[in-house]
Amino acid sequence: MADHTVRSFDEALERLRDTLLRLGGIAEKALTEAIAALAKRDADMAAHIVQRDAELDGLCRLAEDQAVKLLALRQPMASDLRLVVGAIRMALDLERVGDYAANIAKRTIVLAQLPPAISVGPIQRMSRIVQEMLKDTLDAFAAHDVEKAQSVWERDEQVDEAYNAVFRSLLTYMMEDPRNITPCAHLLFIAKNVERIGDHATNLAETIRFIELGEEMLKDRPKRDDSPFAIVEPPAGV
Amino acid sequence: METPFSSAQPGTAPPPAVPLPNEPPSIVARNVNVWYGDKHAIKNVSIDIYRRQVTAFIGPSGCGKSTFLRVLNRMNDIIEGCRVTGKITLDGDDIYDPRLDVVQLRARVGMVFQKPNPFPKSIYDNVAYGPRIHGLTRSKKELDEIVEKSLRRAALWDEVKDRLDEPGTALSGGQQQRLCIARAIAVSPDVILMDEPCSALDPIATAKIEELMDELRQDYTIIIVTHSMQQAARVSQRTAFFHLGDLVEVGSTEQIFTRPQDRRTQDYITGRFG
Amino acid sequence: MSNQPAKDGIPLRSPQDAAGAAAAAVALPREAVDEAVVANRSASRHTTAEAEKRLRRRYAAQRRFKAYGITAIAIAVGALLWLLITLLANGLSAFQQTYIRLEVTLDPALVDPRGDRSEESIRTGDFGGAIRQALRERFPDVVGRERLRNLFGLLSSGAEFDVRDKVLADPSLIGTKQTFWVLASTDVDMLRKGFFERQPDGGAGGRLNAEQVAWFDQLKAAGDLDLRFNKRFFTNADSREPEMVGILGGVVGSFLTLSVCLVLCFPFGVAAAIYLEEFAPKNWFTDLIEVNINNLAAVPSIIFGLLGLAVFLNFFGMPRSAPLVGGIVLALMSLPTIIIASRAALRAVPPSIREAAYGLGASKMQVVLHHVLPLGLPGMMTGSIIAMAQALGETAPLLMIGMVAFIVGIPKGLTDSATVLPVQIFMWADNPERGFVEKTSAAILVLLAFLLTMNAIAIFLRKKFERRW
Repeated sequence: MADHTVRSFDEALERLRDTLLRLGGIAEKALTEAIAALAKRDADMAAHIVQRDAELDGLCRLAEDQAVKLLALRQPMASDLRLVVGAIRMALDLERVGDYAANIAKRTIVLAQLPPAISVGPIQRMSRIVQEMLKDTLDAFAAHDVEKAQSVWERDEQVDEAYNAVFRSLLTYMMEDPRNITPCAHLLFIAKNVERIGDHATNLAETIRFIELGEEMLKDRPKRDDSPFAIVEPPAGV
Repeated sequence: METPFSSAQPGTAPPPAVPLPNEPPSIVARNVNVWYGDKHAIKNVSIDIYRRQVTAFIGPSGCGKSTFLRVLNRMNDIIEGCRVTGKITLDGDDIYDPRLDVVQLRARVGMVFQKPNPFPKSIYDNVAYGPRIHGLTRSKKELDEIVEKSLRRAALWDEVKDRLDEPGTALSGGQQQRLCIARAIAVSPDVILMDEPCSALDPIATAKIEELMDELRQDYTIIIVTHSMQQAARVSQRTAFFHLGDLVEVGSTEQIFTRPQDRRTQDYITGRFG
Repeated sequence: MSNQPAKDGIPLRSPQDAAGAAAAAVALPREAVDEAVVANRSASRHTTAEAEKRLRRRYAAQRRFKAYGITAIAIAVGALLWLLITLLANGLSAFQQTYIRLEVTLDPALVDPRGDRSEESIRTGDFGGAIRQALRERFPDVVGRERLRNLFGLLSSGAEFDVRDKVLADPSLIGTKQTFWVLASTDVDMLRKGFFERQPDGGAGGRLNAEQVAWFDQLKAAGDLDLRFNKRFFTNADSREPEMVGILGGVVGSFLTLSVCLVLCFPFGVAAAIYLEEFAPKNWFTDLIEVNINNLAAVPSIIFGLLGLAVFLNFFGMPRSAPLVGGIVLALMSLPTIIIASRAALRAVPPSIREAAYGLGASKMQVVLHHVLPLGLPGMMTGSIIAMAQALGETAPLLMIGMVAFIVGIPKGLTDSATVLPVQIFMWADNPERGFVEKTSAAILVLLAFLLTMNAIAIFLRKKFERRW
């Protein structure tokens, strides 16, 4: 796209994009590390992630400030307006991603103190999809790539399916042995957090499409999260 | 969590924010070309303009938006060497039909100009001029009524009712422009053309004119040419973007200013014009 | 932390950054700020010694330029003042004339030959004889034809008319002895006004001999010879005698001529201007007309005189020396000026007013009559008055159509022989007699007064009708 006649306008918009990309980078890293800490049962690493959440919140406020200043001083129109409005939405989504990652880290600290009874493999696999989605979203944003954003949006289905599987398996663990209830409850929340991050990634993808095209996604979003309806029968004979 | 935009129906384009009125368009232009001598000022423009709406023409200087506005009441007739082809109808009447009287056309299509241009006559005579030349009234009382009604409609009555004999040129710029609007209304036109009506006014006076336009669109078809995109966004329901004599894009104002379809529109309204 | 302001003036950095910068600006003590200001000033390229020298040169050039202008204006004003002072010095004396007081016996045998006190009878009366008789009584010791002729030479040949007019107004004076101030001859007048040098032989100015000068002194000493207001100058027409000339003939001639001129060229000029400016299509033909109108305005006025002579006098056989022909010729001459001035006045009407009227659905005719013409009229009138003033001062074309003739009568109509003020001045200036010098200057003063009045009217009209838009 051609440059603005007013060069400082371009610079201000560029700074806003940079802020969002930094924010995205940090949120992505927080999720990756939180899942790694969970797998390694590393309480120190998890504590570190929790501390870093404040940085994410600061960046989110900065992005909002920049957006408000642009609105007030430049009266952006069309694609610029969409970028600024979209930026506010993206900042909030990314901040939420950071919050969920911090929440995962907090629960990891608790889990690290309990004996390792349950495999976190399914959650890790589910998380890999979400990490991939988050990364692709940010790449799509950086590269103005609507196709990639669309593909992220479509992948939310897989996350929901993975989440359903994790949900069911954790329910069965809990039914097998009441001692499992504490770690399973935490793991359930962790899985839910990962699933929520996936939803936010989907939101981000939608926002990117809005920023680039001014349009919404063309189809109803695939929703396969049937965990609200899940009933697991306790195994007979217990 | 609710998605911020959830209402899209599968497979359809998003609906325009302001639905097109059910009634047929007031002005229909088809394949309009305008030449000034050798200069091709308007290129094959087709557009529908609806009643009870403000339609804004925007575009860079020299894009033809003012020219096209003037074509609509044949003000360009005055200009030497101006040639118009194509068809423009006002409520079904071809306005370039040789049998159509231009004086009558201009009574139906009023105009407000860039610079407030009241006649150097009294406020009363300014407003009364149109009804007088068109013989709209039979008595002085009737004329008084038209003058008062027009000045009230133009939100100027309270400011001038005690000094109708004072020259119109003694008013402030914003008042002069409202006087010009009152003068145009006094003829009871169907359409009011406004050629950058606020470009010589301060923000307060501009706001008053904009408020007035919003009020007037209940009864009139209003077309405004403006250099200020913010103004177009504020006052209009439909916006047409002109560039180098082409009508690049026309659509609901909200659509033009949030998601223009054409790259040129996009570049212009975001301030990227090279 | 950097003290540089954000490039776009909008500190879109981290909020901490902006807050820090603001805090730093506030925290700086006032003295430090002052110092920084001074330091900044000495760093500027516009405060170096060289820059200040450049600045001084610039101002010096401006002062020089102003001085040239003032000098030019001073020279012009000086020349004008010189002209006015010369005219006043030469001409003011013409508004007074020398009169001699005589006790005249109005002998009925002389002044009323038929004895019936009727106007015709009085008109044929010998008032000259009565006055000469009175003069002889004043100087009873003068005898001999030669000396008597010299004595009577003190009086103007027009002296008797003053007495006759008085008697005509009041026939009962006949038969009584009355005191009259009668007109002295131009030589006496010149001597009285000091324009004649006294000669060693007792004579004066080469025109009066020693005895005449002695009589003059005697009359003057007795208070019987004095300057009185020269009413004749404003009521008479031309004459061979400088003491009897008047400008009324020229003024009336000018008035008649200009009336014809105005009646012809204002409506035609304005109509032509309106057509050319508002209605005429722009093509090679109208361009040609426009060029030719501009050329006509620059044609020497004598050419118009030749045209008048050839066309109006020789071809149409119109009367020679008539204000009618003079007016037509001057109208031809003024027409281009009026057309040009009127077109300029029409062009000065802002297009926005036209657009406003057209936009309301006014027809072309209505636009012109309701808006353009009223707004352009003051300009047109000003232009016309200035053209009239120019025509008033015109001589050359009128010479060609015979308005240079010696005409004693005051013209009564458009076809009477007449002359005009500037031609009158031209003729008097041509006359070698000393008495005409002051009359010429006085007539010029009157002409200037007329011109000033007309220009004043033009300015007044412009101020009165000029409208703001």
